Amino acid sequence: MENLSEPIVQIRQLTKSYHRGEQLVPVLTNISFDIFSGEFIALMGPSGSGKSTLLNLIAGIDKPDSGSLKVSGIDIATLSEADLADWRAANVGFIFQFYNLMPVLTAFENVELPLLLTRLSRNQRRERVELALSMVGLTDRMEHYPSELSGGQQQRVAIARAFITDPVILVADEPTGDLDRASANDILAMLERLNSEMGKTIIMVTHDPHAAKSAHSIRHLEKGELDVTN
Amino acid sequence: MEWRIFYLAFLPGFSSIIRRVSGEFAKMHFLKLILRNTLRHKLRTGLTVLGLMVAILAFGLLRTVVDAWYAGAEGASSARLVTRNAISLVFPLPINYQERIRRIQGVTAISHASWFGGVYVTPKNFFPQFAVDAKTYFNLYPEYLIPPAELKAFLTDRKGCVIGRKLASTYGFKIGDTIPLRGTIYPGSWSFTVRAIYDGAEAGTDTSQFFFHWDYLNETMKKAVARRTDWIGVYVIEISDPDRAAEISTEVDAMFRNSLAETLTETEKAFQLGFVSMTEAIVVAIRIVSFLVIFIILAVMANTMAMTARERIAEYATLKALGFGPRFLAGLIYGESLAIALAGAMTGILLTFPVADRFSEQVGTLFPVFGVSLETVYMQAAAAIAVGLAAAILPAYRAARVSIVEGLRSIG
Repeated sequence: MENLSEPIVQIRQLTKSYHRGEQLVPVLTNISFDIFSGEFIALMGPSGSGKSTLLNLIAGIDKPDSGSLKVSGIDIATLSEADLADWRAANVGFIFQFYNLMPVLTAFENVELPLLLTRLSRNQRRERVELALSMVGLTDRMEHYPSELSGGQQQRVAIARAFITDPVILVADEPTGDLDRASANDILAMLERLNSEMGKTIIMVTHDPHAAKSAHSIRHLEKGELDVTN
Repeated sequence: MEWRIFYLAFLPGFSSIIRRVSGEFAKMHFLKLILRNTLRHKLRTGLTVLGLMVAILAFGLLRTVVDAWYAGAEGASSARLVTRNAISLVFPLPINYQERIRRIQGVTAISHASWFGGVYVTPKNFFPQFAVDAKTYFNLYPEYLIPPAELKAFLTDRKGCVIGRKLASTYGFKIGDTIPLRGTIYPGSWSFTVRAIYDGAEAGTDTSQFFFHWDYLNETMKKAVARRTDWIGVYVIEISDPDRAAEISTEVDAMFRNSLAETLTETEKAFQLGFVSMTEAIVVAIRIVSFLVIFIILAVMANTMAMTARERIAEYATLKALGFGPRFLAGLIYGESLAIALAGAMTGILLTFPVADRFSEQVGTLFPVFGVSLETVYMQAAAAIAVGLAAAILPAYRAARVSIVEGLRSIG
């Protein structure tokens, strides 16, 4: 478990805008806050408030217009595309709303996918994947394709894929948005365990106040700015 | 399961060993991904492979037709010259030129042949017929393999003929059969007895020809049209040194300058190419069509790959988010495109051989030598690879450049 007092994500004066035709639309304006190691935070806000954009910036899949964004001391806004890809592979685990599993790969192969970017041998990869899938309760579904799994099961495969490389942060964009209440509760319980038992830092975007309750803290975004009143 | 055990057992320090895609692990998974992606839309892939198969087959057949056009020239000997009337091939040459040419230094043998142009039953049954100097002609063509006993039988029968194996099998001629021909250039009804059947020494040897005694033709014409006697179509000259072909040709033509029938002497290959050049426009048209077929299938294939890549933008974005690089994504698309192209090429190439055989049977002796060459197979394979690579260029570029955020948005 890492030290909770050190911020693992340092965001300073972060600004991001998009072009819509010739018009420049600001999405995030001067965002500054810290996320500490082992923290589980929920980003909430109405549609268009910029919460997914903020998550994308933290995850290194988008770049800010200005400001600094340090993760584990590295300013990821300054990294090249290739370096950023390596950085993501080593530091970020993704959990998407629609699972984003490869439909032509089995549950096992989907979880193994990030390990293909490591130096692990085939047997080492197998050991880890089997263990990760057993942790999410899918030992008996290893050879199933995503189309043969329920939404909840697919999201559990996605969670196993997200933590299999021991990333510094886990980013989850509406992880329960496509699930029924029971499956959503399962997924939230798993995220809580990842946080409490493995010390994973989790940043979750959600619309759902029930899901947000799983987090230690909630950050509200309103029109691209952090709502400090909450 | 206690998750902390997993964490402590396996994961600490794990992030320090992340590396880029390379090596043995990638090859296997890369190929697996390509194969599964290829088979993802079986109907679409099947139809594209079918289209490619037909295109590669058509390309191979058309190339083989072009090859067949040049087969005569390809099979020509560099040690043989052909002397014809300088005005045109349709004008004959006097028989008395033969001895004068024979005396030129470097000439080792001489014979002659005359186009007969007879019709066997109907004009559709075309095959080349030549009246030749029976005693000398086959000495100049060692590639025509005639059993000695059959050759002897031919030489002793002035109404006998020698036919090629392909001609014999096309019309079912056997030794001893009578072949009736209706004369066109040399009017009248003619009949010949098959005394010998020759085989080709090489695959490219023309075995669709019919040879008979020029003496028989000449004597018959002497009775019918006396002024048409003692003329021949072309002289075939064997020379000792192929490097002296130009020199000897010049000497032959100089010998008959300002005579009744001036001559034009050229190598057998140039003589054969002269025939091809008469139909050059057709050959060019066939060549253009063969490349058009490939271009059309390239457009179809490019559309298929573009559609495929567009559907998978979210997957490419996910792979990129996980850390896979643009080259990996481009490789997936190139691999899938090449897999489809090669599947189509392989079936197309394999089918080219039986289809070419069937085509050859159907056209009979129109194309005396009709076989799929190794060069054609290489061209088919090269065309398929080129189609596979070219069709993937744009989709691979787009996939490699896809923005992760935009790509992930395309879900749902």
